[in-house]
Amino acid sequence: MQPDDKSIKWVREPQLGIAGRMYLTPLFDGLATTAKHFFSTVKGDGFTRQFPEERPEFGNPLIYRGVHRLNKDDEGRVKCVACFLCATACPAHCIDIVGTEAPWKDREKYPQSFVIDELRCIFCGMCEEACPVDAIELTSLFDLTGASREEMIFDKEKLLSVYDMTVEAEPMKSKSMAEAAGQPAGKGH
Amino acid sequence: MAEWIEPLIKIALVVGASQAAVAYLVLVERKAAAYLQDRFGPNRVGPWGLLQPLADGLKFILKEEIIPDGADRILFLVAPLSILASATFVFATIPFGYVVPWPGSEPIALTIAPNIDIGVLFVFAVGSLGVYGVILGGWASNNKYSLLGGLRSSAQLVSYEIPLGLSVIGVLLFSGSLKMETIMTAQAASGWWWVAIQPLGFVVFMVSGCAEAARLPFDLPECEQELVGGYHTEYTGMKFGMFAFAEYLHMITVAFLAVILFFGGWHFWGLAPYTEANEVGFIGAVVRVVVLNVKVLLMIFFFMWIRWSWPRFRYDQLMDLAWKTMIPLGLVNLVICAFCQEFLAQDDYVTRAVLGWLAVAGCFAWAAASVSSKPVRTVAVRPS
Repeated sequence: MQPDDKSIKWVREPQLGIAGRMYLTPLFDGLATTAKHFFSTVKGDGFTRQFPEERPEFGNPLIYRGVHRLNKDDEGRVKCVACFLCATACPAHCIDIVGTEAPWKDREKYPQSFVIDELRCIFCGMCEEACPVDAIELTSLFDLTGASREEMIFDKEKLLSVYDMTVEAEPMKSKSMAEAAGQPAGKGH
Repeated sequence: MAEWIEPLIKIALVVGASQAAVAYLVLVERKAAAYLQDRFGPNRVGPWGLLQPLADGLKFILKEEIIPDGADRILFLVAPLSILASATFVFATIPFGYVVPWPGSEPIALTIAPNIDIGVLFVFAVGSLGVYGVILGGWASNNKYSLLGGLRSSAQLVSYEIPLGLSVIGVLLFSGSLKMETIMTAQAASGWWWVAIQPLGFVVFMVSGCAEAARLPFDLPECEQELVGGYHTEYTGMKFGMFAFAEYLHMITVAFLAVILFFGGWHFWGLAPYTEANEVGFIGAVVRVVVLNVKVLLMIFFFMWIRWSWPRFRYDQLMDLAWKTMIPLGLVNLVICAFCQEFLAQDDYVTRAVLGWLAVAGCFAWAAASVSSKPVRTVAVRPS
């Protein structure tokens, strides 16, 4: 853009009064500004939150994309049918599934192993979108830490335990979201 | 009581208290800075972060001590010692209260060396020795940037000695003494704090005091947001800690001086009125200590407050301010005080105050007339 461009708006800087040119009013303005912030923080209106003690509030945890979990059905079995749709959809190739014949009658396959590399994951939510049986979901857990790379590779047991950990606070997403939208559960997304 | 026990006790008290005070003032400063910036400050070590000073001290002591190659080892070690020694030595004549009654003897003055008649002069003389620490530290580091930092700092400190000295002469004229106890008593006896009579002197004192203590907006020696560090770039561990310590002691000294010279010291109307030294009761003595130290703490808090409120000066602006503004203002104040002392009745404080504030108005008018109005700039605004 050129300086003589017609779309540039030119504004005159406000002229300082005598007190302003003598730095008098600016000095008091500075003190007043910091004093205002001081007292608002003392009152507890400051912006800073004590993170580990004070958890941040989410607008809607149902649409937050945090750590994965593998959902369980009513009988406590893993819901996954080892269809590989999530692994196919994953742009980061972080899902590794070994499917095998299911010991149960209601499905043909189930995952013998289901491993997500949380370090490779970009938390895009495509796996969740792709899953036909709502088995994989993203929770609102966001403060994921680990002391080693191995620790951050989540296997089936770990992913199922994430379900146990979060199911109280965040029940099955598709169900809850359907209810929130006023539709009967199970009608899809 | 043997004669030497009393000063020894007072030395232990003052040195111990000032060390602890510095440690905890660092915490207070960090807390105040945090609150001024919508943060919480240190709050993980102990309740409300109260053990943070211990952790900081431990960190300083346990850090590796590095002496750079080619550094002048002796001077490198002497520099922090000398700056800390001069900063501590100043407290010999600074009173931290009025007197304490003692049965069977004279009341004990709450100063380490109570009968030094050159009190203020001693403080300035010893305090300005700190410049040697600055320049030695910069020189001995064998680092050209440290040397430049040392030169900057010492030029600043030396320049501001002059307005600092000028600003207190008015106070000395009115009090008729260099002794700090007498200066406080003079204010208490008249019921006027000198800040009300010599506003000009007070402004000059505060500005130069800030510059002497290297506090913002004049912390050019350090200015942590812009420089790596000044003269103490090469220092590590406790040696660096000693520089930081001395800087804090300087601030406390300036706060004490401001309170003693301009804010009436231990005097407060109704609470701690003027009394002869031998008539002070024990409770009165405690009240006076509390009043003085509360005033000092408020002054220190003011220093911390302005640190986060005002932008830093550029180096040439700093020098301009010292030589072209503060020295003339100090001279004006001195002339007015001398005039008052010569031609006015000894207890005519109203006229003195009127003259003092007229001087402020006059200086303001003169400055407003001479400050050229900058041409109005036009600024481009990004089209929305």
